[in-house]
Amino acid sequence: MKKNESYEEFLKGIWRDNPVFAQVLGMCPMLAVTNSAVNAIAMGMATMFVLVGSSFLVSTFRNVIPKQVRISCFIIIIATFVTIADYTLLALVPGVHKELGAFIPLIVANCLILGRQEAFASRYPTKLAVMDALGMACGFLVALFSLGAVREILGDGALFGVKLFGDSFEPWVIMILPPGGFLTLGVILLFFNWFKYKKDEFLDDVARAERSGADG
Amino acid sequence: MTDKEPRLLLFHAPLLRQDMTTPRTMRDVIVALLPATAAAVWYFGLGAVLVLAASILGAAVAEWLFAPRASRGASLRDGSGLLTGLLLGLTLPPGLPMWMAFLGGFVSICLGKVIWGGLGHNLFNPALLGRAFLLATFPIAMTTWPVITPGEFGVQAGNLALPFMQAGADGVSGATPLGLFKFEQQVTPLAELAFGKIGGSIGETSGALLLLGGVYLWIRRDLDWRIPVSILATVALFSLVLVLFDAERFPAPLFSIFSGGLLLGAIYMATDPVTSPVTPKGAWIFGIGVGVLVMLIRVFGGLPEGVMYAILLMNAATPLIDRYTQPRVFGHEAESS
Amino acid sequence: MSPDTSKLNAQPSALRLVLTLAVAGLISGVAIIGIYESTLPTITANKARELREAVFKVLPGVTRMQALVSRDGDLVVVSEPDKDEPVVYGGYDDTGDFVGYAMPGAGPGFQDTIALLYGYKPEEGLVVGMEILESRETPGLGDKIFKDEEFVAEFDALSVRPEIVSVKKGAGTAPNEVDSITGATISSKAVVRIINETHAAWAERLPPAGKEPAIVEPETGGTGAGP
Repeated sequence: MKKNESYEEFLKGIWRDNPVFAQVLGMCPMLAVTNSAVNAIAMGMATMFVLVGSSFLVSTFRNVIPKQVRISCFIIIIATFVTIADYTLLALVPGVHKELGAFIPLIVANCLILGRQEAFASRYPTKLAVMDALGMACGFLVALFSLGAVREILGDGALFGVKLFGDSFEPWVIMILPPGGFLTLGVILLFFNWFKYKKDEFLDDVARAERSGADG
Repeated sequence: MTDKEPRLLLFHAPLLRQDMTTPRTMRDVIVALLPATAAAVWYFGLGAVLVLAASILGAAVAEWLFAPRASRGASLRDGSGLLTGLLLGLTLPPGLPMWMAFLGGFVSICLGKVIWGGLGHNLFNPALLGRAFLLATFPIAMTTWPVITPGEFGVQAGNLALPFMQAGADGVSGATPLGLFKFEQQVTPLAELAFGKIGGSIGETSGALLLLGGVYLWIRRDLDWRIPVSILATVALFSLVLVLFDAERFPAPLFSIFSGGLLLGAIYMATDPVTSPVTPKGAWIFGIGVGVLVMLIRVFGGLPEGVMYAILLMNAATPLIDRYTQPRVFGHEAESS
Repeated sequence: MSPDTSKLNAQPSALRLVLTLAVAGLISGVAIIGIYESTLPTITANKARELREAVFKVLPGVTRMQALVSRDGDLVVVSEPDKDEPVVYGGYDDTGDFVGYAMPGAGPGFQDTIALLYGYKPEEGLVVGMEILESRETPGLGDKIFKDEEFVAEFDALSVRPEIVSVKKGAGTAPNEVDSITGATISSKAVVRIINETHAAWAERLPPAGKEPAIVEPETGGTGAGP
């Protein structure tokens, strides 16, 4: 039972409560750094590190932190992890760090992270909080990657820098520019909502059929 | 509800009807564009026909695909989608690969019309939105102008590029009069500007034939004359003032009017009833705004041509213009605030 | 598992609030100092290596370099230039002979600031190489200023006397003319303008040809330049 519960917390972040597709959180990095798959994954990993780390600390100390200063404490914890991620990336992969630029420090302001601390980590035991953070971060990573992959494939004819269509491919320049982020995100959200709509419709049909079956 | 022999007929106003319907207006605009299109085919050859056909097809496919299943035929039959495709095609370079023109038509309808809720709800002119998308997506192909070959009905090499592939090594590329003026200080003779024989988009070759179509539309009462008149007058005036300062550096008024896509934009795109103000005063404001923006972009901006962005920007301002130019209802006090 | 709200409703003393924040800040500060100290050497080394590679690229034949700044009308060798102080890099070959300057310049491009480094041989008055360090020019058009090898190669032997001029593609014949990139005229012109401006700014401050400062760093070096 216990195992199932934490598993459940992990899964919900990836699909049902996906931070991007369902909650539309964290739009700033989502649109800004997804012009290539590598950047998207680096951003996703950095966010995962910060989110899991701060959820762990916040949940562990949830009974120690007084509620009057909880937001300040969350921010201190988050900012510390962000700084650690910033310097680590700068030392290990300077190229990627240059591409991501100001958006690494801006993880502090990602409402996805503060939101999870306030809504979940500060109220639930450590194990569940970490699973929830992992799930949300994976959902965010999946969203970043799907956007980054689409934009890199169309905008550069490549994935992870490997050319897919040969040299004569005509790149869609707009996909690498900011408008491409909005367009791609819009189309992905469209499909996500269309899928949910169809699913609800289907469930409604099933329910109605069952009801009429029971009546008859 | 649908009684076949009603005993009492109930009507509400309006009781007088005109035959001014959406399909009729759309048909009129298409007819008005035919002479200029024919001129384009003469100057640019079959390539222009292919680009136009691809862009119209793209628009039609999108229109069909995104219409509710019940009204699929109807949305195509009113002709507005086809007109969008035609207008977009006229703003494209004749050597553009067909797949890009198709994509442009598709995007015009999707982003320009369908997501806003269909005809009548869109904020921006769909054809220009499609062109803006293409210009941002394929900046090189969209600014490669083939050399004109009057009377030779050939296909441009770029037209037949495979989907998603480049136009290939281009041969000789020409330049537009505006590009020549901006980057090489060369003035194109006015006669060539007015009757065609200049490089540029498919629809902008022949200024005189575009004007002819405009007069036809005005006679048929299909367009608000205030918009093209105010745009052209503003551009001419702006140009005149600049020329008085420095005749060497700035374009003459007639050159400004006949070069680039100004006539096409002013007569056929800025007058789109959906995306331009409905009040007469608003139409003047709209036209003057477009004219000023065109000149600002052309003369002081980085791009040689600015009609597209000027109209799109003023499209965005249209709801605001409409709001502040509402006529006072007869008998009501003027608002004191 | 129901949310644990009992603690949230308690009313703690002001001292406890201050103490909590102080402790959190303290731990955070220690962690940040720790990560800063442990990554600083790698980061500095990365930056120095990047700069050295760029200098070697724009000055063919150079294997050693040092940073030079202009102070009181003299070009002096520094190991660590002050922040915001204009600096050039002197490039030297194996034997320690002066080869040329690598000069950093920056200026507005089509989108954002373009930062570049170019190699300059004062004796011949020639630019011998150019590398774009930073630019946000339009992908596919403006980014050709560093992706188009033909354009970059234009700067391999370019006279700065009287100054560099950009001309239409294919029209460049004189040694001080650069062929612009078709479709990216503004970006190409920006590169030329940045080099001209940097050159003009330094023209007065550079010593006459043949009087360049000698190399002072140790033989095995290559670490003379700060970040």
